[in-house]
Amino acid sequence: MDPIVGDEYSAFREEVRTWLAEHLVGEFYDHRGVGSPTDDTAWDMRLAWERELSEGNWLGLTWPVEYGGRGAGLAEEIVFEYEYARAAAPARVNTQALELLGPTLLAHGSEEQKRRFLPRILAVEQMWGQGFSEPGAGSDLAAVRTRAVLGDGEWHIDGQKVWTTFGDRADWLYVLCRTDADASLRHRGLTLLLVPVDQPGVEIRPIENIARSAEFSECFFNDARTTEDMVVGGVGNGWMVVMSTLSRERGSALMPMQLSVEREVAELVGVARDSGALGDRRMRQRLVDALIGVHIMRATNLRVVSDLLDARSSGGATTAAATVSKLSASTHHQRLGELAVEILGAEAIFGSDDRAENARKLFLLSRAETIYGGTSEIQRNIIAERVLGLPR
Amino acid sequence: MALITTDEQEALRDVMRGFLRKYSKESDVRTVMDGGSGYDAEAWRTAAEQIGVQGLAIPEEMGGGGYGFDELAIVMEEAGRTLYPAPLLSTAVLATSTLLAVGGPHAADLLARIAAGELIATLAVAEAKLHWDPDDITTAAEKSDGWAVSGTKPYVLDGAQAGVILVAARTAAGVSLFAVESHADGLTIKSLESMDRTRCMAAVSFDGTPAVLLGDDGSGWQTLREVYDRALVALACEQAGGAQAVLEMTVEYLNVRQQFGRPIGSFQAIKHRCADLLVEVESARSAAAYASTAVAAGSDDASVAASIAKVYCSQAFYHVAAESIQMHGGIGFTWEHPAHLYFKRAKSSEALFGWPAEHRDRIAKLIGLV
Repeated sequence: MDPIVGDEYSAFREEVRTWLAEHLVGEFYDHRGVGSPTDDTAWDMRLAWERELSEGNWLGLTWPVEYGGRGAGLAEEIVFEYEYARAAAPARVNTQALELLGPTLLAHGSEEQKRRFLPRILAVEQMWGQGFSEPGAGSDLAAVRTRAVLGDGEWHIDGQKVWTTFGDRADWLYVLCRTDADASLRHRGLTLLLVPVDQPGVEIRPIENIARSAEFSECFFNDARTTEDMVVGGVGNGWMVVMSTLSRERGSALMPMQLSVEREVAELVGVARDSGALGDRRMRQRLVDALIGVHIMRATNLRVVSDLLDARSSGGATTAAATVSKLSASTHHQRLGELAVEILGAEAIFGSDDRAENARKLFLLSRAETIYGGTSEIQRNIIAERVLGLPR
Repeated sequence: MALITTDEQEALRDVMRGFLRKYSKESDVRTVMDGGSGYDAEAWRTAAEQIGVQGLAIPEEMGGGGYGFDELAIVMEEAGRTLYPAPLLSTAVLATSTLLAVGGPHAADLLARIAAGELIATLAVAEAKLHWDPDDITTAAEKSDGWAVSGTKPYVLDGAQAGVILVAARTAAGVSLFAVESHADGLTIKSLESMDRTRCMAAVSFDGTPAVLLGDDGSGWQTLREVYDRALVALACEQAGGAQAVLEMTVEYLNVRQQFGRPIGSFQAIKHRCADLLVEVESARSAAAYASTAVAAGSDDASVAASIAKVYCSQAFYHVAAESIQMHGGIGFTWEHPAHLYFKRAKSSEALFGWPAEHRDRIAKLIGLV
């Protein structure tokens, strides 16, 4: 079953399929399924692929034409992302700009900012990194302490950010700063600033994660500068700007994640078949539970996407199903990683061939998913208070 | 309950909800539980006359509503929310699906009586196991003047309420389907004192009981495979509805119950569990909605989706109902509080049509893991 959008989009779907069939070839084809928004494997190849996408005008599908986008609707975006994931095209590298900063600028940026940055992002000329979390501001993001002070037409920034995904690749950072010295103002004293990396006041150091890869970095600001006009959405509005666009459910990211998990489950079934684990009823039942988990991701995504595209509903961005999907998908993915290690057995833990590496990667990297983008504990608070209406 | 519902389907939901608000309040459920008949006959008639619930999926020329499975799924979800104690799953799903699949004049006659609200009917398949398995059928049918059925079906849904029992029995040609009238000779029906009093169960024995063959001799299992998927999904919708209702009831209580000078729902130990329960409830709704759409469309993955919905909704409903008792504290353990009604319904639904573990095995088989 594949009832995503109506027949009126079948021509568009065909266009996407044809383009992918013609361009996802050679080296790109050999790297199908490689990378993720938090995995920098095969970076240079993926960068080349992103330029290929750019030439085909497939980046920023819903962005207005005047900024280099296609001006398409959400339905087209969902169709594109679905076909993209189905073809297992390599993961895009500038997700931070394409998925997060771009939509933020479109909603809150000045005309100048939009004209300056959006076309460059779509041309794959500019990489972006996010400066939100700090050593003292993780789940409690409103505790941000990085200071920005205006002087001589420039913002002077001092402080430290951490967990900046692909930070060591970034040309620019979007940084949540405290512009009102009164820390008791909490989220009311914050401003979102755009900061160039190439200057003496910015130092970026990669951090190795538990899988010994370095997808994220810490950023140090020591009298770093950016011009006065690099404020997004007004001074003191940083919290609102960040929350309104970054927490918005667009539905287009759901299907790709689900399809990639479907691929992982299918691979795991293959491993279980080879290893004889399928002969064990208990293992078989656990594999079926893994399949059930991904089937439910798929069913929930179909519900969310149908709702988002349904003109009768309010846009559905806050439907219960959409809200629970992050919590449930991340938990499920961790269980899948545990099962992968168990099915492969000793080889997964002590071996070093490709199968062992893959199982270990899934096992280790999935631990981050219940932490980044709001920990599972914070997700539970949000669900309990905003969806179920339990008292604070 | 489908992935995408139409305005008309949502209107049906509202009508059904209105009916249940009137006829399936907690006090109504308890009256039926304590009475002997297993359902409220007046409400049953009203359901047929005013909404046409029993005949929703029956073609219009037989007096039904001519709707599809999606509409039935909505009705089951709503019925599940209030634990509607009536022979709906047996009559409108099990018997109706079977009769529609086999066709023929006798089936048409029975369907017309079901649509009119005059006939309660059920289907007896399982014997030693609750999961439907052709190897499990030992009840036999032989033909002399007419067909006669002999054997025992230990757990027949609404067996004591039904005017007609459809039976899966083995003939020389294989598993076949028969219709038996409840007043037929050689039929012994014993109501069971089940844990879940919102659902009626009976043990039914056949001893040379006269029966009418439905469909072709030996083709019964082919029919039952399709009926099974519909039964599983209808039950899953009922479970999803029950799970949602019991979570709503619990959250409402957590907002008002005060301890240590604050509502207990403000404690994080409670909040986080409720959030996890909502994940399960929403996932159950997704599984049931997907399976409803798959069954209604006759998709290739309908059987897999049906068993997945059965596994997931069984577990989710039971977990939410169990947590509901815990979060209600002492009051949740009393007879007068409705928490135990949901808890028992959840457990009986988990068993009905096969345990989750049996359905995992079915899924494994269907997708070629074994």
